[in-house]
Amino acid sequence: MTEQAIPASPLEADIEVYGALKDEMPQKPPRSQWRDVWDQFRKHKGAMFGGGFLVFVTLAVVLGPYIWDVDPKKLDIRNKDWRTVFSLIWDSEAKAGWIHPFGTDQLGRDILAQMIAGGRVSMAVGWTAMGLALFIGTAIGVIAGYFKRLDFWLMRLTDLVLSLPILPLLLVAVTLFRQPLRANFGPEGGMFILIVTVIGLTSWMQTARIVRGDILALKEREFILAARSIGTKPGKIIRRHLLPNVISPIMVSATLGLATAIITESALSFLGVGFPSDYPTWGKLLSDAVSRMQEFPERVLLPGIAISLTVLGVNYLGDGLRDALDPRIRGR
Amino acid sequence: MLNFTIRRLVLSIPTLLFISLVIFLLLQLAPGDPMAQVPLTVPPEVKQKMREALGLGQPIHIQYFKWLHQFFIVEPQVFIDWATRDSWLLGWLPNTQLSYVMNDAGNFVPQQRVISWQTRSPVMDIVIQRMPQTLWVVGLAYVVGILIAIPIGIYSAYRHYSLFDQAGTFVTMVGFSIPPFFTGPLLIVIFSVYLGWLPSIYDTTHVVNSWATFKVQFMQMIMPVMVLALQTTAQISRYMRGAMLDNLNQDYVRTARAKGLGEATVVMVHVLRNSMIPVVTVIALGMPAIFGGAIITENVFKVNGIGQLLLTALFANDIPMVMTLTFIFAILIVLFNLIADVLYGVLDPRIRYD
Repeated sequence: MTEQAIPASPLEADIEVYGALKDEMPQKPPRSQWRDVWDQFRKHKGAMFGGGFLVFVTLAVVLGPYIWDVDPKKLDIRNKDWRTVFSLIWDSEAKAGWIHPFGTDQLGRDILAQMIAGGRVSMAVGWTAMGLALFIGTAIGVIAGYFKRLDFWLMRLTDLVLSLPILPLLLVAVTLFRQPLRANFGPEGGMFILIVTVIGLTSWMQTARIVRGDILALKEREFILAARSIGTKPGKIIRRHLLPNVISPIMVSATLGLATAIITESALSFLGVGFPSDYPTWGKLLSDAVSRMQEFPERVLLPGIAISLTVLGVNYLGDGLRDALDPRIRGR
Repeated sequence: MLNFTIRRLVLSIPTLLFISLVIFLLLQLAPGDPMAQVPLTVPPEVKQKMREALGLGQPIHIQYFKWLHQFFIVEPQVFIDWATRDSWLLGWLPNTQLSYVMNDAGNFVPQQRVISWQTRSPVMDIVIQRMPQTLWVVGLAYVVGILIAIPIGIYSAYRHYSLFDQAGTFVTMVGFSIPPFFTGPLLIVIFSVYLGWLPSIYDTTHVVNSWATFKVQFMQMIMPVMVLALQTTAQISRYMRGAMLDNLNQDYVRTARAKGLGEATVVMVHVLRNSMIPVVTVIALGMPAIFGGAIITENVFKVNGIGQLLLTALFANDIPMVMTLTFIFAILIVLFNLIADVLYGVLDPRIRYD
């Protein structure tokens, strides 16, 4: 007699070979999609750095005024034109000190406090305008993609807005509507509403095009057919089935939108059509400092570096998100 | 293809008309008064007369149609008259007088053109005066940017993930992120203030007639051109790299290598030609920005080009000027969009529009 067990059936022999098939439970807990996305995202060093910097800047401008509680508008004419504290390294005679780490301007206002206040405005404009642009873009994209009757006209509208010269029109709109909005909502509030609306209304087109393309492809898929066959209403299909599937292109265009919004706001402030003159934003601080940049180059550099690093961080974040959210690249 | 081009051209007419209407209505809301600069001693009835002389007495739709008439009929007529009278190309033709009409007294008088409220001279004349500066500075920057971007894009795609690629990607990302209103002052601080090598202001009145003056012109163009070229380089080299990466993995590349072609031929002829298709359309799409001038860069370096013209016109409430300039930009954008689409179809035989 041989010890060799005779297989009961050929099927069982196969199972013997593929031992893993005997497992009744998966060995590792299943991984969610977002877990995979996060793992891929963590591999992108630039994106981690960019995201970290964006979080840092946002926290700094939100919490900054509580930690560095100097009034950015307080004039202290005796202590005007201080240099940054770093200038002590190469020039021990310089008028500088830890009371004003970034120095003071020509009216003795603390530059660090102004940078924090300016960053607050710039980031607020950036986030809000990006939110508005995303909302309009997604709405138009989804409606155009889902409802065939509206598709032609909405896309012609998108093409039309795309062929408008944006920066000239922004300048026109801001110079034209400044007075009435200031009268109604106060100089700062009115300007905020105006700039956010104007940037939002002129930067939704790319999102709309991308979302429409994805929706057009998605709505022919079987799960949408299934949802429709059990009598789901269009609104519910859009909210429950379509929107979660286009979240990744929306997130990527959100980062692009944030970067453009910050740059556009700074450009408008730089050209002198932005916020009122005693109201600091990064672009405003930069443009005010340009006339005296020979003597005080750090006043140009500080807001310029703040804008550039924030935008760079946001762009890297977008790059990383694009890689992480693309299932073809993920896992490689 | 011809069919597609004609259809797009026809479709662009209503688009442009609608854009002009949008711009016109937006400008109608302007709170500024063109008579704000007139001295207070001028009596109100005289001011009213002056306002009517600017064409402001008419209802809005008449103003709009007058502008359309002036822009689309009178200005081309003036151009044809000039071409047959003074230009060297067509000057041999008999002089035309299309832009003249007979008035009630039976004399030929020139028709009303689009007039700037600031200078009271025709808008198009001022635009033509400002065009050379913009074309030189912004156009040259575009060419320089493309010439730098294409080799960078090719090499970083060819050596994917190499040190050069990493550095190139970082530099393009930085160029993408730093706004021109920061790079401009930064370059001025470094090269004009500390080093004193380059002039910080672009002198438009400078005449080039000898080697020395050419050198001055060259020096003053370096900084504005570099600021603008950085932006173009960042954008185009990203596209170039992406397009090259797409093509380098294609089967035809392997075939070309397998049949024994040299690496230079494979990359520079086979892959490059196919990769240039999307890049050429991106370059075409960027062209309107050249004519539009770079509002911010022209402002930083005090180049009196089109962008600066638009900015001053805006601040001075010069509505006909703003209207005409913005509309010219819109025409250029629509035109180059069309050109990019047609080019794409011509260059890539796989694209079929019909």
